[in-house]
Amino acid sequence: MSDRVSETVTMPMRFGSNSGQSVTRRDGIAKVTGRATYAADNHPDGMLYAVYVPATIARGRVTHLDTAAAKAHPGVVEVFTPKNRPPVVGDPDKKPFMFAIPIEVLQDDTVRYAMQPIALVIGETLEAATEGARLLKPQYEVEPARTGFDAEPAKRAAAGPFGRPAEVVHGDTEAGLSQAKQTLDVTYDTPAQYHNAMEPHAIVAKWDGDKLEIDTPNQAIVLSRGFYAFYFGIPADNILIRSPYLGGGFGSKAVPYSPLVLAIAAARKLDRPVKLVLTRAQMFGPVGHRGATRQRLRIGIDGEAQMTALDHVSTAIVDSFDSSFPEPAANASQGLYNASSLHSLMMVVHNDIGVPGAMRAPGEASGSAALECAIDEMAEKAGMDPLEFRLKNYADVEPGTGKPYSSKALRECYAEGAKRFGWAGRPLAPRQMVDDKGFLTGWGMGTALFGAPMFAAQARAVLRPDGTGLVETAAADMGQGAWTALAQIAADSLGLPLDKVEFRSGSSDLPDGGVAGGSGHTATAGGALHAAGTDAIRRLGELAAADPQSPLFGTGNQGFVARDGRLYAARDESRSEAYADIIARAGGQEIEGKGSAARPPEDAARHAMYSHGAVFAEVKIDPVLFQMRVTRLVGAFAAGRIINPKLAESQLMGGMIWGISFALHEEARFDKRTGRIMNTDLAGYHIPVNADVQGLEVITVHEDDPYVNPLGIKGVGEIGVTGTVGAIGNAIWHATGRRIRHFPIRIEDLLA
Amino acid sequence: MKRFDYVRPLSVADALAAYTPGAAYLGGGTNLLDLMKIGVMQPDTLIDLGRIAELDAIEMLPGGGARIGALVKNSDLAHDRAFAAAFPMVAEAILAGASGQLRNAATIGGNLMQKTRCTYFQDPHSPCNRREPGSGCAAREGDNANLAVLGWSDACIATNPSDMCVPLAALGAIVEVQGPGGRRDIQIASFHFLPGDQPENETALQPGELVIAIRLPAEAAAFAKNARYLKVRERTSFAFALVSVAAALQIEGGRITAARLALGAVAAKPWRVTAAEELLAGQSPTQEVFARAADALLEGAKPSGENGYKIELARRAVVRALQMSAAGTPKRMPALPASSFAEEASHV
Amino acid sequence: MSYSISLTVNGDQRRVELDDPRVTLLDLLRERLDLTGTKKGCDRGQCGACTVLVDGRRVNSCLSLAVTLDGADITTIEGLADGDTLHPVQAAFIEHDGFQCGYCTPGQIMSAVGLISEGHAGEDPERVREGMSGNLCRCAAYHGITEAVIDATRRMAETSERKSA
Ligand SMILES: Cc1cc2nc3c(=O)[nH]c(=O)nc-3n(C[C@H](O)[C@H](O)[C@H](O)COP(=O)(O)OP(=O)(O)OC[C@H]3O[C@@H](n4cnc5c(N)ncnc54)[C@H](O)[C@@H]3O)c2cc1C
Ligand code: SF4
Ligand code: FES
Ligand code: FES
Repeated sequence: MSDRVSETVTMPMRFGSNSGQSVTRRDGIAKVTGRATYAADNHPDGMLYAVYVPATIARGRVTHLDTAAAKAHPGVVEVFTPKNRPPVVGDPDKKPFMFAIPIEVLQDDTVRYAMQPIALVIGETLEAATEGARLLKPQYEVEPARTGFDAEPAKRAAAGPFGRPAEVVHGDTEAGLSQAKQTLDVTYDTPAQYHNAMEPHAIVAKWDGDKLEIDTPNQAIVLSRGFYAFYFGIPADNILIRSPYLGGGFGSKAVPYSPLVLAIAAARKLDRPVKLVLTRAQMFGPVGHRGATRQRLRIGIDGEAQMTALDHVSTAIVDSFDSSFPEPAANASQGLYNASSLHSLMMVVHNDIGVPGAMRAPGEASGSAALECAIDEMAEKAGMDPLEFRLKNYADVEPGTGKPYSSKALRECYAEGAKRFGWAGRPLAPRQMVDDKGFLTGWGMGTALFGAPMFAAQARAVLRPDGTGLVETAAADMGQGAWTALAQIAADSLGLPLDKVEFRSGSSDLPDGGVAGGSGHTATAGGALHAAGTDAIRRLGELAAADPQSPLFGTGNQGFVARDGRLYAARDESRSEAYADIIARAGGQEIEGKGSAARPPEDAARHAMYSHGAVFAEVKIDPVLFQMRVTRLVGAFAAGRIINPKLAESQLMGGMIWGISFALHEEARFDKRTGRIMNTDLAGYHIPVNADVQGLEVITVHEDDPYVNPLGIKGVGEIGVTGTVGAIGNAIWHATGRRIRHFPIRIEDLLA
Repeated sequence: MKRFDYVRPLSVADALAAYTPGAAYLGGGTNLLDLMKIGVMQPDTLIDLGRIAELDAIEMLPGGGARIGALVKNSDLAHDRAFAAAFPMVAEAILAGASGQLRNAATIGGNLMQKTRCTYFQDPHSPCNRREPGSGCAAREGDNANLAVLGWSDACIATNPSDMCVPLAALGAIVEVQGPGGRRDIQIASFHFLPGDQPENETALQPGELVIAIRLPAEAAAFAKNARYLKVRERTSFAFALVSVAAALQIEGGRITAARLALGAVAAKPWRVTAAEELLAGQSPTQEVFARAADALLEGAKPSGENGYKIELARRAVVRALQMSAAGTPKRMPALPASSFAEEASHV
Repeated sequence: MSYSISLTVNGDQRRVELDDPRVTLLDLLRERLDLTGTKKGCDRGQCGACTVLVDGRRVNSCLSLAVTLDGADITTIEGLADGDTLHPVQAAFIEHDGFQCGYCTPGQIMSAVGLISEGHAGEDPERVREGMSGNLCRCAAYHGITEAVIDATRRMAETSERKSA
């Protein structure tokens, strides 16, 4: 069968009754009863506990570890250091695949960043291993750490992440700026942020000869098998990864990180199952982060407030040994506003830190934060309402490339969001609104934008003799709702009610479900499931059409409609038969369909594909103490077809709260002398608590996208962060008259 | 965590008898166990106070004072009706600290004794005079935005993080302690030490001494009608203070007859200056008067690092807290205790 | 030295021999009693994922030493439902989508059960938010959590009214 869903369908496209419903989570009961098993919940017989020792310097060499003290501690089984490191076959400094990073598995005594593993202690109990790790008391030869933007002059990045170029030029922004009637030149800083999924990275590794079983939360199960195969010199087929539930991922659980590989190596060496769970502090180093950025934005407008230039140069802090992931903030300026010239450029400054990586809305989050504030500043200069200014510069085709959008209901998002929020009548000038309790009140807005990528996935669908269905794909549910939404898609493709479909997922022995990232998982894995179901139905139809005893005999040329476990002739619904009956007569064998999904390159070349949205924020600020609260957030989003409105709303709300976090809370604070992060815990690294979240409203704007993929699905996982940060920053300005050009915005900034 | 021996005495006498150098008393464990996990405290023996029934009582004393056993849980004290009615700002301060779960475990004695949250103190790999005398102070040139602006020394710029202790200091609480040498009372003002050149000496408690109870004197209850706690923080809840203020007034015929005022999170102890209170007595409760009191309370404040903003913030918070207390103690605990976003707030 | 304690866990009486006094209640449940529903998010009282009820009160099990709990009555997420019948708080969390990844959820639910029995928040959203602020959710399902807690509070109040009537 063909790779493309659209070509396999000889029948009318079925959008069944499952999609579009706010079905509650299918994994809900497991999750509220504590029965959902996360990686660290596994406990094979004979299991040992591993604890890794983190470097407490950012750069240098380990000169001494007190192995004797650690080994003497009761219950400590083994202490691994570079002197007796457990073998890793693949070169840890190589990058076996595009998204992989160099790892530290005790290959030498150098320290490249703080929190890097420098030893691994194995114990019979967690308590013993933990204390053994503490007793190692490392000593170092310390080299000065390079920290912050001043560590070295910024250099041009070799390339952007995800194979994107470091620089994009459309027209001449210098000329655009010099011709402009008014210009803006501002610099915004965003800090290093750490994913901090509530579930720390964890692994339980068990070897049987050269077969490996691992329980570990993973956003790309089948791909990761390849990584581990590389590191351990075994065929990928020898590896089974189970990841039924991820306790949050946000981009940090897609590739194997050093501590996980070390734990597997230890298990092999000791020939016993090993469990390793990162401490919260250890989440601030070897498992990726959102790199800090310094973004200079220059905008020019003509007398009509039309943008003549949008120039976005973003400098990102990267590590000093890989440097493949400069936070691609400047990308955010590419697809959105209709400027007659556009330029974006990525620069880097090397620090002694762990490798940065993709974190929820990588690039877009930081880039949108700066861009949307700059747009607000430009609107202010133009004396225009910021919404009006954005509409004035609305792009009907992708700026620069001139490509049409596959769909873009952003105007509707603006309109519906503004209406629900009550934007009309907002005073232009800041510091105009005070509520009845005396709080300074400000309203701000931002545009949300996120690409609508697709990756590659496969799936299998089976119609069973009893008429029920089984579908399989190694997808990942990190909270976005894959267990539910993908099952809805699959049920529709099989023409079955949801409760008649068994969905197997989260295990690497299933067809590759692709990467759960880039907000493309529902489209990709869903597309594959849809194709597989469609294929199974097609085969079923062939059987029926060829069976003289079937009411559907001879109707093959008109195609079929599959609904509620019956197959109907497409043009004559009086002719139908139950799946079970068709299968029974055909010999009672299961009917298997296979499917895959990927976006054909020519589709991607023809259209610009994005999800869009508009976020409106209200903040209240104490006029004297400047404590801030986001009292209302309204987000209107157009993201193609919504499979499950309830889950989509939750995703979008979660993203918007990430926006609050970005705007007001999150920041890794580095000690400039040592290069170490000093707030490596959840008391110091603030994320919003429940009381930080008040009025939250999400509107999904209808969008039919015939081009993005056969199901018309874009993504909702990341876009909520974008737009929101700017909206809050702009609302703070509107409340106080103060432009704070860095995040997070603190009391201290407004007091100054 | 280092291995330790564990004992569980049933009486104060047994607890004292169990003490040996290197032992630590365990209250709710929410601070001690945390610090043991990260290797900052390494007791050889834990003496669990949890079963000493005699320490677990709230007594409202005849005449209006109160005596709170060291083992009373933070949440039990804050929700004790009689206590909260008499000392509302203590209840409000407790409820503004930590989380519901933590307050259910944390004891009054442990809260009084909790250690600084200075991040370098919490990191055994950093020099810290308080943790390791003579090793230096990493915070001085480091991440110190939330450290002291009053009473600090070159040796240490840490702050005391307790919310509860701020109103206790304002109200002149007395700490009852018992040691091998018997019982004694310590005024809360002299309980926590400023760092000087020996920041490792944190409190007036002698090794082996046990906090038995905290007493609030009868006159402290006279402020019940006008007593508020205000906590400025970077999250709406579940965050330590940037600055906090306990402000209590007695107002008769539109004039302040007595005032109590203390600042939290600005020094190694709750900061009380009686001159600031005296300045309020006899005045009418106006913004100008409050501002003068704030200046007096903050006299001598100076940044110890990148924390100069705390001085101005504290000044403003003092004025606000006094305004709030002049407006009267709310009948019901605000939904967001001690917050400037408390539902009753009005700053017009 | 070994310590012998007795605990009631989700209604079952258990004798536990502890070879190590360092074992926290959280690690006891997860690593030794095979009750892995309770989660570890920080091990330092900062996230609430480990919330359980000890003698009916919500506490952070990560900051509680098992050895101190001799005689205690412990309820974990596994002990909340009555057979196949979910506790009203569990049902409300599903209905209001008060979680995404589900990792913080056992702690959120136990905290909500504790909060409701404390009785200080009632159905006031602001009080519920404040009362639930010791439970971080990185997926940021706070909107649904607050709705779920209010809804469950209401339903539980109705049930107990009906019972007492
Ligand atoms: C995440 C988090 C957030 C927090 N937020 C806040 C906050 O916002 N505001 C706030 O004020 N606090 C906050 N706290 C601190 C909390 O208030 C304290 O941890 C708690 O009050 C300590 O009480 P405890 O009984 O658990 O003490 P323990 O941990 O048992 O003991 C603390 C110290 O006191 C000693 N001790 C205990 N009892 C006695 C006694 N009777 N006699 C002599 N010594 C004794 C112990 O040896 C130990 O040194 C927070 C804590 C955490 C973990
Ligand atoms: S401020 Fe005090 S507690 Fe902090 S590092 Fe310096 S000496 Fe230690
Ligand atoms: S694990 Fe106990 S509070 Fe985070
Ligand atoms: S549901 Fe994922 S952390 Fe709360």
